Amino acid sequence: MTTLPAPLQTWFDARGWQMHPHQAEMMARAAEPSLLLIAPTGGGKTLAGFLPTLAELAHDPRPGLHTLYVSPLKALAADIKRNLRTPVEEAGLAIRIEDRTGDTSATRKKRQRADPPHILLTTPESLALLVSYEDAGRTFAGLQRVVVDEIHALAESKRGDQLMLALARLQSLAPGLRRVGLSATVDDPAAIAKLLARNPDPCPILQADPGPDPDIRMLRTEAAPPWSGGGAAHAIPAVLEQVRRHKTTLIFHNTRAQAEIFFRNLWLANEDNLPIGIHHGSLDRVQREKVEAAMVAGALRAVVCTGSLDLGIDWGDVDLVIQVGAPKNVKRLVQRIGRANHRYNAPSKALLVPANRFEVVECLAALEAVRAHDLDGDPRGPGPRDVLCQHILIAACSGPFEADALFREMTTAGAFADLSREGFDACLEYCATGGYALRAYDQWQRLVQRPDGRWQLRDPRSALRIRQNIGTIQDSDLLKVRLHRSRGGKPLGEIEEAFAASLTPGDTFLIGGEVVRYEGLREMTVEVTRNATRKPKIAVFGGSKFSTSTQLSQRILRMFQQNDWPELPDHTADWLHLQREVSRLPQPDRLLIESFPHDGRAQLVVYGFSGRNAQQTLGLLLTKRMEEMGLAPMGFVATDYATLIWGLDAVTDVAPLFDLGALEAGLDSWLAGNAVMKRTFRASATIAGLIERNLPGQRKSGRQATMSSDILYDTLLKYDPDHLLMQVTREEAMRGLVDFARIRELCQRVGDRIDHVRLDRITPLAAPLFLEHGRVPVRGSADERLLKEELSQLMRSSGLDQLPE
Amino acid sequence: MNSLDFTFAGAGLVALFSGGLFWPDQNVLIVSDLHLGKAARMLPVGGAQLPPYEARETLVRLAGDIESTGARHVICLGDSFDAPGLDVELPEADRLHIAALQAGRDWSWIEGNHDPGPVALGGKHLAELQIGPLVLRHIAQPGARGEVSGHYHPKARIVARGRSLTRPCFLLDDARLILPAYGTFTGGLRSDSAVLCELMAADAQAILTGPMPARIPMPRGDATSPLRRTAVR
Repeated sequence: MTTLPAPLQTWFDARGWQMHPHQAEMMARAAEPSLLLIAPTGGGKTLAGFLPTLAELAHDPRPGLHTLYVSPLKALAADIKRNLRTPVEEAGLAIRIEDRTGDTSATRKKRQRADPPHILLTTPESLALLVSYEDAGRTFAGLQRVVVDEIHALAESKRGDQLMLALARLQSLAPGLRRVGLSATVDDPAAIAKLLARNPDPCPILQADPGPDPDIRMLRTEAAPPWSGGGAAHAIPAVLEQVRRHKTTLIFHNTRAQAEIFFRNLWLANEDNLPIGIHHGSLDRVQREKVEAAMVAGALRAVVCTGSLDLGIDWGDVDLVIQVGAPKNVKRLVQRIGRANHRYNAPSKALLVPANRFEVVECLAALEAVRAHDLDGDPRGPGPRDVLCQHILIAACSGPFEADALFREMTTAGAFADLSREGFDACLEYCATGGYALRAYDQWQRLVQRPDGRWQLRDPRSALRIRQNIGTIQDSDLLKVRLHRSRGGKPLGEIEEAFAASLTPGDTFLIGGEVVRYEGLREMTVEVTRNATRKPKIAVFGGSKFSTSTQLSQRILRMFQQNDWPELPDHTADWLHLQREVSRLPQPDRLLIESFPHDGRAQLVVYGFSGRNAQQTLGLLLTKRMEEMGLAPMGFVATDYATLIWGLDAVTDVAPLFDLGALEAGLDSWLAGNAVMKRTFRASATIAGLIERNLPGQRKSGRQATMSSDILYDTLLKYDPDHLLMQVTREEAMRGLVDFARIRELCQRVGDRIDHVRLDRITPLAAPLFLEHGRVPVRGSADERLLKEELSQLMRSSGLDQLPE
Repeated sequence: MNSLDFTFAGAGLVALFSGGLFWPDQNVLIVSDLHLGKAARMLPVGGAQLPPYEARETLVRLAGDIESTGARHVICLGDSFDAPGLDVELPEADRLHIAALQAGRDWSWIEGNHDPGPVALGGKHLAELQIGPLVLRHIAQPGARGEVSGHYHPKARIVARGRSLTRPCFLLDDARLILPAYGTFTGGLRSDSAVLCELMAADAQAILTGPMPARIPMPRGDATSPLRRTAVR
C-alpha cells in the first residue's frame, strides 16, 4: 500500500501537502515485521510512523487495539495525541486515540484495559504495568503495530531494555505484531535496529534525507563569562535580545537548578514583559501542562527548559534554539538543535552560550564536531539482569508461567539474545526465594511452583507491591513542594530531600521561577509561602547531568596544544594563557597533576581527560592508595576532564600513586566497599525488587532507604558475595561507572611523563572543579582524626575531660 | 579493651563500643534491641526477601562480647526479636548459635514492644528486672530512677569541619541510661530529636560507640525538623 486512503489524501491535498519520500516508503513497507526509520527532527517522523496505521484503520475500523505508540516522555504522548487527532478528525476517520501514562486517572486506565482505543499512546513504564495485569492477553489480542518513538533515547538506558522485554511479551500475546522504531540521527543505527527487532529476525533500516546542515554558532556577549559556575548571568542581555528578534526560542539548560536561576535572571531583566515560561521535570504537572498549552497556542516567546523538552514535541513555530552550558555530547546537541524549525529541508538555527570559560572551549570543540558530522556514542553491553528480574516478577503478576516459555520469550529481546539458561535460572531463583546461599524462611517464598510445574505468586498481595515497584528510573528522593495550607496548598513541584533537610523555617529558595519561603514540613510535603523580597538560596535538585563524550574531550585536549586561540573570545584565550603561565595546560601524551592548599584542605587535581566514569574510578583508586600511604584523603569529585581529591595532608610525591600494578591490585577489594558500588547496588536492588520504592501504608523516607540498602550491601558482601545482585552490581559498575580500561590506557599512554606542579593557591583551570556536584566522601583515617579533634574539643569545653573515669 | 568506664546510680559500668553494656560487679552483659529475624519482616505479606544474615551478624558480635567480658548473665533488653513468632522461625543455625551462647550462663529476655510474649529459646522471660540499684526495662518510664532501657535506638550526630558523622550512642543522665540498638538491621533516632530531648535531662551526656571511646554532652541541635528523625524500625 503506497497510496493514502481517500479521506487522508483529501486532507493532505487541502493543505497542499505531499508525503515526504520516507513517509511514502514507510507506507510501502508497512508489512515488514520490523523497520527502523532514521530521520532528522522536523522530518515528519512521527506521522511517517502512524500513516500505515491510519491507512489500515481507514479501511477497516473494527474495534480493538490496533497500534501501540511508546515514547520516552509523558508529555510526548500527550502532544502526539493532540497532533494526531487533528488529521483524524478533519479527515473524518472513526479512529479512537487515547494516551495512558502515570498522569492518567485510575478510572480511565481501568476502562482502557477493558475497552482499549484503536491507538494507545504510552510510556515504557506504563506499558510494563499494562502487561502485568491478568487481563493483558485480552487487552492486547489483535494488536497489529507498535511504534517506538525516539528509540535512540530509550536505547541508551534500562528503560529501553524494559520496553523490549515488554514487547517480547506483547509478541507472545499478539504473534502478528509489527514493530516500527523512529530514531533521530545516531552514530550506530544497526545497534538500535538489533534492539528493536524480534531476535533473531533482521531489521531493515530506512534512512531519510538528513536535510541541510544547521546554522549554529556561539553567542557573542558583551560581558565575559565567569571563571566558573553554570548560571550564565552574563549572557542575559544578549539572550533577551535574541528572544526579541525571533518568534519563539527554546533555551536549553543541562540541569534544573541552572534553568531556575537563568529563568529568574531573565525575568528580572525582561523590561518588555515578553511572555517567557519555564519547563522542567521537577515542576508540578499542572504547571508544566500550562506552559505546554501556551507554547502550542503560540502565546510564549521563549521557554527556559531542560531535557524534559529534549524529545520530539512539535512546538511548531520554534525558530531558534539556545543551548546554555556546554553541550557535553555532540549527538544530543544535534538533536536539540533540530528542535528549531520543524520545516523539512530548512536549516535549524542554534546558538551556544557557554556558562564559564572552560565551557567556551567545550562549545568550540562541539561546534567543530557538528560541522565535521562527528557524532559520538558508546556501545551498550548485554541486557542488564536486574531488569530481567523485574520482568520475571511482572510475568508472575499477570498469571502462572512456564519457565521454559518465559526464557524463550525473553531471549527474543535483542539485548537479552545471549542470555544463558543458567543466567535466567539464577534470576528466577532470586525472584522465587531471594537466591541466598543460606536458605531461610522458605515457607514465605515470593514465587512457588505449582503441581503442574508452572510458577506463581505465593501471596496475591505481592502483585500490588511488584506493580508499585515497576520502572527503571532512579528518582532521587524527592519531596513535594506546596504552598502553605492557609495559602491554598497549591502544588509547585518537587525538591530533593537532601536539599529540604538543609532548610530551616524562613529560608528561601527558587522553584518555578519564584522565590518561596520554607515554612515547615508536613507529612513529607514541603510547605512554603511566596516571598519575593529576599535573595533565594538555590535549589540543588538535580536533573540530568550529562557527561562529556571522549571524542569531545580529545578535541579539547588537542585544542590546548595551540600557541594561541584566535577562534576563542579574548577572555577565554587569556584564561588559557594565564593557566599556561601559572601552571601548565594538559597535553595528550602527558599527565598533568596540580596540588595546592585551598579551603583548609590539601587539594590534588589530576587532569586525565578520560571521561567522567574513568576519572571517577581514578578518584576511587587514588584515594585508596593515599589512604594506604597515610595521606588521609577525605573525598573526591570527578568531571570529564579531571579528578579533584581533597584530604588532610598534601601529596609530595605523585609517582607512587600511579603505579598501575598497585592501582589494579586494589581495584576489587576497594570497589567492594566504596560508595559508588553501594549506589549501583541500591539502583539494581530497587529495579530487581529487593528494595521497595513505596511501601503501601508505610511512609519510608529516602534517607532510610539509603541507609538500609548500604547495610544490605555490607551484609551480602560479608556472607553471600556471589549473590545474584552482587554479580549484577559488579557487572553494572564495570560497564558504567568503573571503566578501568580507560585508566589503563591513560597510564600506558603517559608512562612516567607525569608533570606534578605544586602551587600555593588554586589555579585557573582547577577553579570550576570546586563547584561540581557529586562529591564522593572517603570514609577512612581522616574521619577518625577529625572526630578525635572535634571530640577532644567538645570534652575540653564541657569540662568532661576533667572527670575521673 | 575498647570500652569506656562510667558510674550510673552508684553502679560501676562499662560501655562496650559494640553497643553492649557490661556490669563487672554483677558479671552481667546487657544488650538491647537485637531485632533478630528482621530480614523476615516483609515476607508474610508478600514482600521481598532480604538477606537472612542479620541474625548471624548480630550473634557473632554478641559472642565476641560474651567472650571478652566473661559475663555469667546475659540480659536482652527487649525487642530481641523483630516480631512475635520469629524465635521459632529463625534459621536453624541461628537458633543453635543462641543455644550455644546460653550454655553455662544465665539468660534473661526482657519483653519489648516487638516481642511481648515468652520466647521459645530457653532463658527467663521477664517484663522487667531489678538488680541492686538498677531497674532494667525496655521503654523508659516517666519519673524512673536508676533505670536502664533501650527502645529508642539513639544515635548522635557530630559535625566536624563540615562533615557530618553519625554513631549509635548511649544516652546518660542522673536518672536514666538508654542503650543503643545492638542488632544489625536497625535504624536509629538522633539524639537531637524532640522525644529524646524531652526524655533526657538538660545535662545529659552521650557515649559514642565505634572505634573511639568518647563521652560528650548529648548533641541537641535544632529539634524542630522532622527530617532530622528516622523512625525506630
